[in-house]
Amino acid sequence: MIQTRGGLLRFAPHVTLTLMAGPVLAGLTGTLIPALGLMGGAPFASLLAWPGLSRAAMLSLTTGLAATALSLAMVLLILAALQGTAALRVLLRLLSPLLSVPHAAAALGLAFLISPSGWIARALSPWATGWTAPPDLLILNDPAGLALIAGLVAKEVPFLLLMALAALPQTDAARRLLLAQTLGRGQVMAFVTVVLPVLYGQLRLPVYAVLAYAMTVVDMAVILGPSRPPTLSVQVVDWMMDPGLAQRSTAAAGAVLQLALVVGAVVLWRGVERLTRLALRRMAEAGWRGVPLDAALRPVAIVAAGLVTAALIVGLAGLALWSLAGLWTFPEALPASLTLQTWLRASDGLWATAGVTLALAVLATGAALALVLACLEAEHRHGLTPTSRALWLLYLPLVIPQVAFLPGLQGFALMLGLDGSLLAVAAAHLVFVLPYVFLSLSPAWRAWDGRVATAGASLGASDARILWRLRLPMLLRAILTAAAVGVAVSVGQYLPTLLIGGGRVETLTTEAVALSSGGNRRLIGATALLQMALPAVVFALAVLIPGLAFRHRRGMGPAT
Amino acid sequence: MTGLHLSALTVRRGADTLVSLNTIVAPGEVLTIMGPSGSGKSTLLAAIIGTLQPAFTLHGQIVLNGHDVSHLPTRARRIGLLFQDDILFPHLSVAGNLAFALPPDGASRALRMARVDQALEEAGLAGFGPRDPATLSGGQRARVALMRTLLAAPAALLLDEPFSRLDATLRHQIRGFVLDTARAKGLPVILVTHDASDAAAAGGRVLSPMGQPL
Repeated sequence: MIQTRGGLLRFAPHVTLTLMAGPVLAGLTGTLIPALGLMGGAPFASLLAWPGLSRAAMLSLTTGLAATALSLAMVLLILAALQGTAALRVLLRLLSPLLSVPHAAAALGLAFLISPSGWIARALSPWATGWTAPPDLLILNDPAGLALIAGLVAKEVPFLLLMALAALPQTDAARRLLLAQTLGRGQVMAFVTVVLPVLYGQLRLPVYAVLAYAMTVVDMAVILGPSRPPTLSVQVVDWMMDPGLAQRSTAAAGAVLQLALVVGAVVLWRGVERLTRLALRRMAEAGWRGVPLDAALRPVAIVAAGLVTAALIVGLAGLALWSLAGLWTFPEALPASLTLQTWLRASDGLWATAGVTLALAVLATGAALALVLACLEAEHRHGLTPTSRALWLLYLPLVIPQVAFLPGLQGFALMLGLDGSLLAVAAAHLVFVLPYVFLSLSPAWRAWDGRVATAGASLGASDARILWRLRLPMLLRAILTAAAVGVAVSVGQYLPTLLIGGGRVETLTTEAVALSSGGNRRLIGATALLQMALPAVVFALAVLIPGLAFRHRRGMGPAT
Repeated sequence: MTGLHLSALTVRRGADTLVSLNTIVAPGEVLTIMGPSGSGKSTLLAAIIGTLQPAFTLHGQIVLNGHDVSHLPTRARRIGLLFQDDILFPHLSVAGNLAFALPPDGASRALRMARVDQALEEAGLAGFGPRDPATLSGGQRARVALMRTLLAAPAALLLDEPFSRLDATLRHQIRGFVLDTARAKGLPVILVTHDASDAAAAGGRVLSPMGQPL
């Protein structure tokens, strides 16, 4: 019996990869079939007939590439110039919790900040600007997508920064920096020439994920991006949601074009990567010390980090304030009064939506945790080592744009009559939750002191007993953190909920995006705040529960 | 005044004094600092290259060839460092690793590479320039690491147990190469080790981090 169970466990990695890569590949096929006109019509002809096409495609490229390049540049600048300073520690303390803020909430917070009637304009009016009414300026939804780029940068800088910090210890960065400094390099030059080339190898996949995401994001683009025409992915979703179904094949063709654009952008990025690598090597060999760079770049890094942090924090504070605002007329910097009206009036609907959101998150995260733990335990018991191909498969749902395969997946869900059910949406969430849960949990799992297992086994404990009584309890903190990451990812999902839910499964995220085009700032504030609060509460629990459970165990404290 | 002068140098953490030295290492001399782990050896190294954590307080001066370098950043001290591991940069070729250390003196690329080739020849590694450092043997890597340190034209050399990872025969050979080369260049050398055979091979004075002769 035990033999059989061990046998099944051995297949956990394959089952998991199939569950993740399967929907992606099936979805891509399901997108390709109608796009090629196999279901009738001339999809590409009708796509080309859309007058906004070239502009929308261009926007996808420019906003995606600019946001990715800017985010990466800021992260590297912060790491290079602020290594080992108190400023970096403060920044990390502020940014780490902000990682769980859903994209839509961050976008809405930014929108409330920078719009012509937003908080910045209010704070400067009328004394500095002379405005007594909101000016007629296209700051938000500007045709070049600048607001969208800003929103993406604010969200992706914390993500890339934390990914880079997780990878840094594996690059022997501290000793390399020291060595380069004994060889005369300034701090920034030392980082760029001896740490970056190795660090980037670890950062590459996250960077591609950011690039693919930034080019194809829908929720942020609806809130912050241009509208006439919108970015290509937003237009594809518009066509998908067309009740007449006539536009579906056009949408599929658009999705294929979008995928081609992403592939093209990644190829372009790789080319630039290669040139940069060459230039860095030349720079290292040329012996430039770059000492003046340190003093010049440090203030730039601090300003960049400060802007990102402030945009997120002040934006979220703005959301909170609006949800409590009574009368708040334009040039006033603060509302005339605070009231719970919004929360009380909208409460029934809001709580029901929050309930659906939480249910989806619990289902998807529970399944993801079970699968990831099974994979890791199988890896341990059977001495399996993950191949780099498996790692690529793991990243597949993060690198292949959602808008390219979700339309196809929706087609299958429709055929099977599964669309619109909570379980189908949860299964779609699982595809995106699982990679993050795995990435979050596996380092701690693998770092666990194997001598504990040996000690347990020498006391006669079975593999199962070692897992349940030793490893899982000792890793409680890491497991709960991974679960919180999973919940944050699930809560933030927009497109899978919208498409697989067929518009009938409403979460705080779909609700917040739907509200964003209307003018009810109080309700938007409340919805976005709740959307942000849900993962935040789970993260707080992930800190509190192990603290409580092991309050008399000094050896079980958080690693610092 | 030439050499490396540790002038009434003390390092404290709280009430504990970890390092207390007052000595001059003359050009070409090798001073060995010996002690078990936790005896303040790494604190002394950090003090001399300028990477002491804020929890430590330093008194006294580190004077190199007449210049007080105590308050200079690591990169400006001109003190070369050899670690326990060679820490060759894996993304650069062997020649690239060496060129990294050459000061930017406006020389052409060809001239710089000629100096790299010359250094490789000195180390008995002629023709190794284009090689991937990962394909080198332990002894070859150790020699490249030393040449890299020397190409930066340091005014003093710190050796942080650089031989402890090498096996017995290699250890003997590399130790001789490093110490002979440093003496030939007239560099004041501080060797930090917990191994008495290193101290014996260095042949000079042996002190504890607290300045007691051993």
